[in-house]
Amino acid sequence: MSTLNDYSKIEQQAKRNEKIRKTITYVLLVIWALVVLFPFYWMLLTSIKSYSSYNSEYIPKFYATNPTFQNYIDAFTTVPLAKFFANTLIFTFATTASMLIVIVFAAFAFARLEFKGKNMTFGLFLSLMMIPNELVIITNFVTITNWGLRNTFLGLILPSITSIFYIYLLKENFEQIPDELYKAAKVDGTSDLKYLFKVMIPICKPTIVTIMILKVIECWNSYVWPRLITDNEAYFLVSNGIQTIRESGFGRENIPAMMAAVVVISIPLIILFLVFHKKIMEGVSRGGTKG
Amino acid sequence: MLEKNNMKGWIYLLPAIVFLGIFMIYPLFDVFVYSFEEGYNSASQTYFGVGMYNYSYVLHDPYFIQALKNTFILVIITVPISTLIALLISVGLNSITKLKELFQTVFFLPYVTNTLAVGLVFMILFKKTAYSDGLINMLIHLFGGNSVDFIDGPYWAKMFVLCFYTIWVVLPFKILILTSALASVNQDYYKAAKVDGTSRWRIFYKITLPMISPMLFYLIITGFIGAFKAYSDAVALFGTDLNAAGMNTIVGYVYDMLYGNGGGYPSFASAAALILFAIVLTITVINLLISNRSSTN
Amino acid sequence: MKIVLEHLTKRYPNRDGGDDVIAVNDFTFEIPDGKLIGLLGPSGCGKSTTLNLISGLESASSGKIYFGESDVTSLPPENRGVGLVFQSYALYPHLTVLQNIMFPLENFKGKDKLSKEEMVKRATEAARLVQIEQFLTRKPSQLSGGQQQRVAIARALVKMPRVLLLDEPLSNLDARLRLQTREEIRRIQRETNITTVFVTHDQEEAMSISDMIVVMKLGIVQQIGKPQDVYDYPVNLFVAKFLGTPPINVFEGRVQNNTLYIGDDAVLDIEGVEDKNVYVGIRSEGFILDENGPFICKLTAVEVMGRDTSVVSTHKDMLVESIRSIISAENKVDTSSDTVRFSLKPFKTIIFDHDTEESIPYKVRK
Repeated sequence: MSTLNDYSKIEQQAKRNEKIRKTITYVLLVIWALVVLFPFYWMLLTSIKSYSSYNSEYIPKFYATNPTFQNYIDAFTTVPLAKFFANTLIFTFATTASMLIVIVFAAFAFARLEFKGKNMTFGLFLSLMMIPNELVIITNFVTITNWGLRNTFLGLILPSITSIFYIYLLKENFEQIPDELYKAAKVDGTSDLKYLFKVMIPICKPTIVTIMILKVIECWNSYVWPRLITDNEAYFLVSNGIQTIRESGFGRENIPAMMAAVVVISIPLIILFLVFHKKIMEGVSRGGTKG
Repeated sequence: MLEKNNMKGWIYLLPAIVFLGIFMIYPLFDVFVYSFEEGYNSASQTYFGVGMYNYSYVLHDPYFIQALKNTFILVIITVPISTLIALLISVGLNSITKLKELFQTVFFLPYVTNTLAVGLVFMILFKKTAYSDGLINMLIHLFGGNSVDFIDGPYWAKMFVLCFYTIWVVLPFKILILTSALASVNQDYYKAAKVDGTSRWRIFYKITLPMISPMLFYLIITGFIGAFKAYSDAVALFGTDLNAAGMNTIVGYVYDMLYGNGGGYPSFASAAALILFAIVLTITVINLLISNRSSTN
Repeated sequence: MKIVLEHLTKRYPNRDGGDDVIAVNDFTFEIPDGKLIGLLGPSGCGKSTTLNLISGLESASSGKIYFGESDVTSLPPENRGVGLVFQSYALYPHLTVLQNIMFPLENFKGKDKLSKEEMVKRATEAARLVQIEQFLTRKPSQLSGGQQQRVAIARALVKMPRVLLLDEPLSNLDARLRLQTREEIRRIQRETNITTVFVTHDQEEAMSISDMIVVMKLGIVQQIGKPQDVYDYPVNLFVAKFLGTPPINVFEGRVQNNTLYIGDDAVLDIEGVEDKNVYVGIRSEGFILDENGPFICKLTAVEVMGRDTSVVSTHKDMLVESIRSIISAENKVDTSSDTVRFSLKPFKTIIFDHDTEESIPYKVRK
């Protein structure tokens, strides 16, 4: 029967097409995965090549013949990498912690308290979200300089203590907690502050953790403001440190040592990402933007 | 009803308002003031007069013109290409089940890495030095081409690396947003179309694209804004003296005017920043108009 | 076009390493040409999977599907010529009603390709069939749920499918619209005479419009038949409980010396069943108010519903929350008494084996 033949032909054709499509898709995805991962591989590889063997490879090799950790020792001894690292840790920790306090109180006020001018203030906050950092950074630079806070942690931290976007995110989350809980707590004579810390924050912990992680990433990678506000190596963060290393650190040519420094700087965030990748990706897709 | 307690609300808000007032609202007005103060001296904090001179100076500064040109080229190349690649990858990601999460995680990795640090790796991959042509040039040789120094060489080569690295950096965000937009399209639409014998291309063009178009427009708008503000990618590849490399961007020009080798001119910096803001605002408004028109049709 | 299902089975691999999940288990059935079939069962019974297997959106693990004489088991959905209507309607929100209905026609290729006028003509015809021709230029969001449903049906019908499949077509509508739309589906099916399969968890819906119903549970077909037959002669306790509102009243009972007992009440004289413990199911319309009746229950409440009266009572051997019996409103219940006595209609009283829960046929002893 001809229809039977037709049907089996159609079936085979459909199966073949499906297979081709799948293969092309996977090839495409693997190619891009290689493009993404290759720089990381190259960074690791170069960091364990010795200075002499790296420079003798006119054609770079894809493997290390004599792996060495000397570059990592150099990275910590020749330049103050440990100092940069510690500065960044202090900066990240202090900024994230103080920001959390400010935004939790602000979000609580917007979500739970009633006061005159609340909606107007919130509207003003939202409209400020559109203001690009580039526009206000000039005056902030002058302000911090006038206050004599250049080359201090305070000067580094102060301008990034508030984030309207995170206030907004947290407020939305706070508002999902049913009113009844608040009323019940009020009837039991719970103070607002106690309610905030004993009820709201524990319930909204997932969002707070997400905000925390995103802020840590932002702090760890921040470059522009620290570059403006510090010119003393003692206060450099890793991003500025890497830039100095590149321009004067090991002598321009010691690329393996430079890569060792790059690996050391990248590792904390990569670990953070591997542990929290679901949370981070979810948080970013809820409206985060780069840096 | 919740009780009205006016003072309490403001007390909770106080820290946020103080910080925003000092570091966001005041600077917003101040930047205009600076941009009109002529001959401002940052040491003595004095100026000669008020007028448009700062704008005129910036617009006639060859470094600014170069930065403007670089930024526009970067925007025009990277925004469409990165959006297209992200769309392609997201559609691919959404059509598979095996290894999907692994791919998603890998593709997102550049988002969390330090732009400056990885930029350095890109630099050594593309750089040509006396003792090695670098990996990329080795590949070019393999396919029979002539080696080029992408970091200190001709303009187009430097622009190519900058665009390539920018796309590498911005893709994770776009892939993430598009993948979740695609995943949120009701599967019934695809089933209905499949039963009707709709071809893959037609499903994509007639159903998928219209369904995700709000997210696509969001990405294009934020993509434009982000690309106009490009700076640290360029620093990572070409070093802090971008003017010397001829690869400065508008934001780079603002910072250079403020601080650095040619620094100490907050008035020029403010004028340049406001010009940038005007450009970004114009482009965003145009984008919004286009997206409104296409969604009402 | 008749549809034949032969030992149709669908297995899903268990991700946790346990046994495979069998969504549809050995389903064999021949759906006659031009009939309306209702697939019925609680959620998770495999009815939607069966529908997806027929449409080709999922492929069978084993077994065969024939449309007429041709084997379509591994044919991709677009080549099967089926029309599918979704619970969510799946109307494209960015297209007008006309564009939605025309969408399947625009996919035709080669010699089947239609001119623009032809497409509009056919789409308009389909719209007329479901009585929405006045809304052609609107977007789906501007229509009510019932109207959207009609558009979805028109879109499924416009390419003149060999088989029409409806997945829970009424569950997104409110009660009044549901009644109206199910008549509508019946009318459209009669007019077009397309073999139609629809899936529902609402037994009343299935019974009211189907030529035949298929009752499923956990992937296994329980019973296939005309709605009235399945209702009157359920093969097992599950089917009996699943069909009918109010649901069937179930009791612990026993057969002894050709008499059916519930507790101490000898409710029915029967023949042909050996002595054993059984379940007794009594339809709510199976009770006759009888002051000398053998079945004595405790009266809880009498609910007047106009045409009928619903008597709510209890009995120590009941396996339901309360006994609901529907009697004609002409009968007056003595509400001052705390007991109520019934005699039972034999064909409304069904006996089930205590172990297998299958129904046991019996004769009435005169």
